[in-house]
Amino acid sequence: MKLLENPFGIHEKALAVRNQRMELISANIANADTPLFRAKDIDFKKVLANTNPSPMAATNSRHFDTGEVENMNGIVYRTPYNSSVDGNTVEINVEQAKYGEAATQYQATLQFLESRIAGIRKSLRGD
Amino acid sequence: MLKNIFEIAGTALTAQTIRMNTTASNLANAGSVSPTEEEAFRAKRPVFRALVDQADLNAGFNVLGGVKVKEVVDSSDPVRKVHDPGNPEANEEGFVFLSNVNEVTEMVEMVAASRSFQNNVEVVTTARQLMMRTLDITKA
Repeated sequence: MKLLENPFGIHEKALAVRNQRMELISANIANADTPLFRAKDIDFKKVLANTNPSPMAATNSRHFDTGEVENMNGIVYRTPYNSSVDGNTVEINVEQAKYGEAATQYQATLQFLESRIAGIRKSLRGD
Repeated sequence: MLKNIFEIAGTALTAQTIRMNTTASNLANAGSVSPTEEEAFRAKRPVFRALVDQADLNAGFNVLGGVKVKEVVDSSDPVRKVHDPGNPEANEEGFVFLSNVNEVTEMVEMVAASRSFQNNVEVVTTARQLMMRTLDITKA
C-alpha cells in the first residue's frame, strides 16, 4: 500500500532541505560582521531536481541503480545589492527577510506532515 | 537539525559579547595616561572569522557556519602626546601619552555590536518556536 510504504512523500526530504536552508541563513546572520564572508543560500529548485522521489528499483543484477538522491547540494552564493569594502556580502535586512521566509516555508512543510499523520491516524482508526 | 541553528547563533552571541567587552574596555581606558609612548593604551578590536574547516571542529566548536574571534588586535592609530608637567605620570620633558581611543568610533562599535546581538537573539527565538512546533507533530 502506497500510503504506508512512503507515508510522508516528498515532505520528509523537503523538511530536511528547509532546515538546511535555515541553518545556512542563520550562519549568514552570525557572520554579518566577518570580513570576506560570502553569504550562501540554497537553490530549492536545484535540490528538488536532484531529488528523485520514487527511484526505479534495480530488480536484476544487470540493472543500473538510479539512486535516490544524487546530489543534495544546491548551495549558491548570494549576489549582494550593495557590496561592502571588507568583502562581506551579507546584507542583514535581506538575510532577515529570507530567514522569515524560510521559517514560514518550514512551517508549511510541517503542516503538510501533520496533515499526513492525521490522515493515517484517521484511516487506521477507521471510524 | 534545528539544534545547529542554536549553536550557530550562539557562537555569534559570544563573538558580539567579546566585541562589546573590548568596546567597554576601550571606553574605560580612553582617559588613561602613561609616561612612554609604548606603554600608552591602544584601542582593542576583535577580528572575526567564520567557522569553516575541520580545524575549527577540532578546536571545540560543534558545528560549522558560526563565527569566532580569531584574535584581538591593537589599533594602529597614533597615540596623543600632551604637555602636562603637573601630571604625576609625566616624563622628564613634562609630556604624557594618552590612549588612541576614539570615543565616537567606540560608540558606533557598541551600537553595531548590540544590533548584531539582537539579530542573533531573534534567530534563536524563531528557531525555538519552530522546534516546539516540530515536537508537537506527534500530537497531530
